[in-house]
Amino acid sequence: MYGWMGKVLRVDLTAGTVRLEEIDEELLHGYIGARGLGTKIFCDEVDPKVDPLSEENKIIFMTGPLTGTLASSAGRYNVVTKGVLNGTIAASNSGGSFGPELKYAGYDGVIIEGKAKEPVYLWINDDKVELRSASHIWGTDVVTTTDTIKAETDEEAKVACIGPAGENLVKFACIMNEYNRAAGRSGVGAVMGSKNLKAIAVRGTGGIKVADREGFKAAVLDARKKLKEHPVTSSGLPSYGTNVLINILNEHGGLPVKNFSEAAVFPNAEKISGEYQAEKYLVRNKGCFGCSIACGRVTRIKEGKFRSLGEGPEYEATWAFGSNLGIDNFEAISKANFLCNELGLDPITMGGTLACAVEMVQKGIIPRDKINLDWGDGEMLVEMVRKTAYREGFGDELAEGSYRLAESYGHPEFSMTVKKQELPAYDPRGQQGIGLEYATSNRGGCHVRGYMTSPEVLGVPVKVDPDTVEGKPELLKTFQDLTALLDSSGICLFVTFALGLPELAEQLRTATGFNISDEEYLKAGERIWNLERLFNLKAGFSAKDDTLPERLLKEPMKDGPHKGNVVKLDVMLPLYYKVRGWDENGVPTEEKLKELDLA
Amino acid sequence: MPKGGPGKGMGNVIYVQPEKCTGCRTCELTCSFMHTGEFDPTRSRIAVVGFEKTGFFFPAVCQQCDPAPCMEVCPVGAISRSEATGAMEVNHEVCIRCKMCMIACPFGATFYDAKDNQIIKCDLCGGDPECVKNCGSKALTFSKSSPAVSLKRRAAAAKIKEVLEEVR
Repeated sequence: MYGWMGKVLRVDLTAGTVRLEEIDEELLHGYIGARGLGTKIFCDEVDPKVDPLSEENKIIFMTGPLTGTLASSAGRYNVVTKGVLNGTIAASNSGGSFGPELKYAGYDGVIIEGKAKEPVYLWINDDKVELRSASHIWGTDVVTTTDTIKAETDEEAKVACIGPAGENLVKFACIMNEYNRAAGRSGVGAVMGSKNLKAIAVRGTGGIKVADREGFKAAVLDARKKLKEHPVTSSGLPSYGTNVLINILNEHGGLPVKNFSEAAVFPNAEKISGEYQAEKYLVRNKGCFGCSIACGRVTRIKEGKFRSLGEGPEYEATWAFGSNLGIDNFEAISKANFLCNELGLDPITMGGTLACAVEMVQKGIIPRDKINLDWGDGEMLVEMVRKTAYREGFGDELAEGSYRLAESYGHPEFSMTVKKQELPAYDPRGQQGIGLEYATSNRGGCHVRGYMTSPEVLGVPVKVDPDTVEGKPELLKTFQDLTALLDSSGICLFVTFALGLPELAEQLRTATGFNISDEEYLKAGERIWNLERLFNLKAGFSAKDDTLPERLLKEPMKDGPHKGNVVKLDVMLPLYYKVRGWDENGVPTEEKLKELDLA
Repeated sequence: MPKGGPGKGMGNVIYVQPEKCTGCRTCELTCSFMHTGEFDPTRSRIAVVGFEKTGFFFPAVCQQCDPAPCMEVCPVGAISRSEATGAMEVNHEVCIRCKMCMIACPFGATFYDAKDNQIIKCDLCGGDPECVKNCGSKALTFSKSSPAVSLKRRAAAAKIKEVLEEVR
């Protein structure tokens, strides 16, 4: 087999057994890999109504056919499960070297089911696979866990694990691989925690074959050349990391401030920007496996109460802990981000939940004698991150995410979430398309299911007016389908600044030998999108959940370039359903399902 | 014969600037693909040693030493210097796989490919190393002298220049 390994491991934690299974070629062709293949297997095997924390939920680690090859930025794997934070289908994506290592060991993925009686970790050493006790590392953070497992197995092993947050079933716990890379969203770490699975370690010494060596080499070199020529992938991201966006979004008037309650312009944005980070704190750039962009940052805070060293902060964390909390102290932001890495927390939801709590304290909804929270308090931020991971004091309430928190005080409107997942760092009143993207994302509040910021703010691949709604549903559908394909192939979303469908499809064809047209590959992306939608509908979600927090629909932007705007979701959503071939209730029509071989 | 004609690149070495390395391992992928046709880092002739926690990476690759410990230690004379490229090359017909060269190499940049049962090391791709061409961060360069050293020398000289100009 080419590109794919054609095999998965099935681990039954209840029985303590591991089985090798072959994957049907039809599944590979129809769902490509990673996000798509994982979702297909998950949907075939798990009842959409399952409780995410129950033994019946499964968690699948899946790579794509390009993962571990020379295709640029092909270090990705996906974690597919029913998400703990909101019960949607979760496909949480991470880079580093874990995915490639799994393929070198001979597997496309690992399906985990059941629940272990005692804490365990899975050790995959090529074809020798075993479950080992993890009782001695239960309770330890990501660094200690990873260090210990590497010492017990192989220094070259790649380790994906949970920290205390996952063990304590924090609703937005993530899975960390190689210390600093995260399958961040949807609370996938809590699913591992609920199964008593502390980690997966893998060492692989095999190879990946491609179908057409010369063709693949040509396709890869063409793609790498384009990445080297495009300003975003050759200069912007390599120079300043994802934090290059702080100044860009602030100038655009789309950097959310204080739980989206103020104009999306942060007066001190410069002090939390990528430029500032590079000048004062940057140690070096870091790349995921096979990536020519290397947007990762190693950052050091040399002295003071936030003294620390780690990877990040990325744009999302910098915003969530920065302007969204009114904090302009880059050192506090960095420290809080590194703590999230060590404890295994998603910084987007952590920051969003804390911002929601601060606003409710300011409004007198949460009494100050219970918890005293203010905007702009870096020390409070660091303390709350730690308390959340251990569910200590008020941290126990934060650990439930902003929706449950705000609802418990009778004010769900202060939760800036879609389908109970916190929104990321783009105020949709400054970008109509991303408003539609948030509302229709299959995993709730999320910016990486179609990244409308690319055309609306960065002008890539074409510049579109961020304030208009015309053409947005059509553009978003294409972006969503392409991203679903891309996530399934094993490549990073960031290549799409420079590459499009033709480059992606050519790499897939030459790697796998599965010779379908560009359009048919894109159709696979659409199939995956619709499969996710069907899962969510069966799980109980409906058109009424395809919405945004009231604030973004009713409270006009207070100032800045997009002053007076709200998101015109009521105009875009019906058009979007139509473009998707769904009925007015957002349900895929029989015709559409037949067209996609989903009927 | 090297691609650029006889003698081109002769004496050039793959120099490493670890502080520029992002740890992406594209060099390993490129090397294994060019030499084996597969993506298999364990069969690469360059290996990135990673300190994942603190994000420090060191690509270990043959520095074509002279005199070369691998050649000196080889009991059967299987290692010799290529006249065309200056690369230390292994004659697999003569080699007895005793692995003394791996022990002798000061960088751990001589490898054993278990699948082909042979000793492998950087052969400079015949005088035009592919890993260098694919290195996005320019941590690898193919040149006669080390850019890292000349950069350091220049930085030190600049400092001295600054001080001297101040006191003058």
